[in-house]
Amino acid sequence: MSPSVCLQEMIRVIRGARTQGEERGVIQRECAAIRAQFRQADSGGRSHNLAKLLYVHMLGYPAHFGQMECVRLIASSKYSEKRIGYLGAMMLLDEKQDASLLITNSIKNDLSHSSQHVQSLALCTLACMGSAEMCRDLAPEIERLLKASNSYIKKKAALCAVHIVRKIPELGEMFTPSAHSLLSEKNHGVLHGAVILITELCERNPDNLKQFRKSVPELVQIMKNLVTSGYSPEHNVAGISDPFLQVRILRLLRILGRNNDAASDAMNDLLAQVATNTDSSKTAGSAVLYETVLTIMDIRSESGLRVLAVNILGRFLLNNDRNIRYISMTSLQKIVQTDHTAVQRHRGTIVDCLKDQDASVKRRALELSLALVSAANIRSMMKELLLFLSTCPPELRSHAASGIFNAAGGDVRDETVPNLIQLITAASELHCYTVHKLYRALISDIVQQSLVQVACWCIGEYGDLLLKGECEEITPMQVTEDDVLDALETVLQSHMSTPTSRGFALTAIMKLSTRITNNVDRIRSVVSIYGSCIDVELQQRAVEYNALFKKYDHMRYFTMSYCTVILEFGCRSRLSLVLGY
Amino acid sequence: MIKAILIFNNHGKPRLSKFYEHYTEDTEQQIIRETFHLVSKRDENVCNFLEGGMLIGGSDNKLIYRHYATLYFVFCVDSSESELGILDLIQVFVETLDKCFENVCELDLIFHVDKVHNILAEMVMGGMVLETNMNEIITQVDAQNKMEKSEAGIAGAPARAVSAVKNMNLPEMPKNINIGDISIKVPNLPSFK
Repeated sequence: MSPSVCLQEMIRVIRGARTQGEERGVIQRECAAIRAQFRQADSGGRSHNLAKLLYVHMLGYPAHFGQMECVRLIASSKYSEKRIGYLGAMMLLDEKQDASLLITNSIKNDLSHSSQHVQSLALCTLACMGSAEMCRDLAPEIERLLKASNSYIKKKAALCAVHIVRKIPELGEMFTPSAHSLLSEKNHGVLHGAVILITELCERNPDNLKQFRKSVPELVQIMKNLVTSGYSPEHNVAGISDPFLQVRILRLLRILGRNNDAASDAMNDLLAQVATNTDSSKTAGSAVLYETVLTIMDIRSESGLRVLAVNILGRFLLNNDRNIRYISMTSLQKIVQTDHTAVQRHRGTIVDCLKDQDASVKRRALELSLALVSAANIRSMMKELLLFLSTCPPELRSHAASGIFNAAGGDVRDETVPNLIQLITAASELHCYTVHKLYRALISDIVQQSLVQVACWCIGEYGDLLLKGECEEITPMQVTEDDVLDALETVLQSHMSTPTSRGFALTAIMKLSTRITNNVDRIRSVVSIYGSCIDVELQQRAVEYNALFKKYDHMRYFTMSYCTVILEFGCRSRLSLVLGY
Repeated sequence: MIKAILIFNNHGKPRLSKFYEHYTEDTEQQIIRETFHLVSKRDENVCNFLEGGMLIGGSDNKLIYRHYATLYFVFCVDSSESELGILDLIQVFVETLDKCFENVCELDLIFHVDKVHNILAEMVMGGMVLETNMNEIITQVDAQNKMEKSEAGIAGAPARAVSAVKNMNLPEMPKNINIGDISIKVPNLPSFK
């Protein structure tokens, strides 16, 4: 294959390969040829070679030997070579490579190039992969470009400034005055960039918030122009004038109006106008409406406006379009803490969404349902959630189970405990995760008795999984046998534990005797202590377990080993049978 | 912020991969595979949003995707982007590609991936949305392509001349020219190759 063959020809050959091995062979030959070409410093066809290398890189083959070539091409005077060189830099270079520092000078020169297209290449690359040092070096240049007369360059410089502020927040001060003045631009691209820059500055530094609150009237005016202007073919998307810009401005208004009465007052009228006049039959309108609703809920708006907002969300919850239902649940999740009663009104619809076919919608509905569980609706919610748990997709099961445990904490009645236990036994792949989660819940808090009972039961039954340490879905934690026994003994000794919980804890300790190796003596001593406990129930258990240790040790493994369907009472009756009581 | 933009076909072959945060090459390929795996499981009439513990970064990130014929367009974004806005952005991107390539199809993306990168660079920069007006984007891309062509113009002239002549159909040179009584023997010119 001729060395200066173009990209298309190479792609054709690669696609002609019939197996993975053949493709690998073709690519290796090509890469070897490209490597040789790079070494020759031959000026013909250099950009073709780098383009070929970048294609190969996308398919997943190593391309690091092209890094220096990128540096060389960026320094070239030809636009076509610069273009592919910068693209290569964005794909192959990053902060950690030394080669990235070498292009700083080229970028600096190109930022002052006479052609706006070369300037834009440099800006784009700096915004994509500029390291902190590069940003510090070039920040003054960017600040200068923000005041350029060319709106194409201005909008790119604005986004470049955002990248710089992200890398080095202290440099934000440099851009604050220019950001302010950019708001009076007419060009939508520049306005968009300016709003993103101001948003970033405000999020990084609360002092900037105070300063930019003065721009609220200006922002409100821009929004008003967008909303009330007639049809403008340039920025129109489905009947809405530049929805992208509207959404950005609404988001910025949200940040500026948060916890501030004066700013919130200034926006009230505008938000009411947008909320009532936006046509939401298409995605664009819905996007604007949602952003408006979120802003209304987040700032200090008047109550009438808040009611309007929650009603809009409720209406969208009933929309046929699944995207809109998903988004409305995301929004409701954000406001469920602050406006709990308002969201409760829509509980029925949300619980219905648990049965939707779409996994994403189900996930949102689950999160929201768990947040809506309260003392008043616990029974019906638990019923729905348990039903959901039995039919939900596997990736949601662990989340649902842990949510149910936490929600079930204080207010649930006793019959829920055996139901939960039954469900846990059925979900065998969840055992490891469940026991880890419950152990952690137990060591942090032993007030909620149902949680304590389920936790003790799980630790007794699956203690070996807990002690093994690893579990896929959560961060690993080393749990020793002493830790586990300490936790169970705490439950036994705490004055907050009910007799039922103590019974669970004692049985769990007993069961662990067959699952652990080192601390059997400790278990034996705990059990024998409780043989003289005041609580009759506990005493009887302890005496029976003691007997297992003394006279029937050979049968201990049988009685305490894994049970498939266990109810606390069932286990005890089996013991009584064995011991002849 | 947009963390990554991926285009792959129904079999998971990447057609465009642009990452706005740095990952190693292996991680990038893994992300592409994982994203394909998640997205290809989806039915046709479910919502366009996916979430849930991915390699690309945890609970804050979502995958917003659209399926057009044989291609999936996937944007991985964090919570600072409006989900419905990104859906519209994907639509603008595809419409722009359509205009630039004239009824774009997968083959166009395969053979002109550098051009797709150039178009994308006019829309999203550093993970942030730069321009959403399709006409503006196309104007800039056309101007840049013109610049490239005009450079190649001077350097590429000899190559183009040679290939043009090769394709010319030169008639056969006559061995003798007979005009009346005069017979001129045509000298043996070397064949023009």
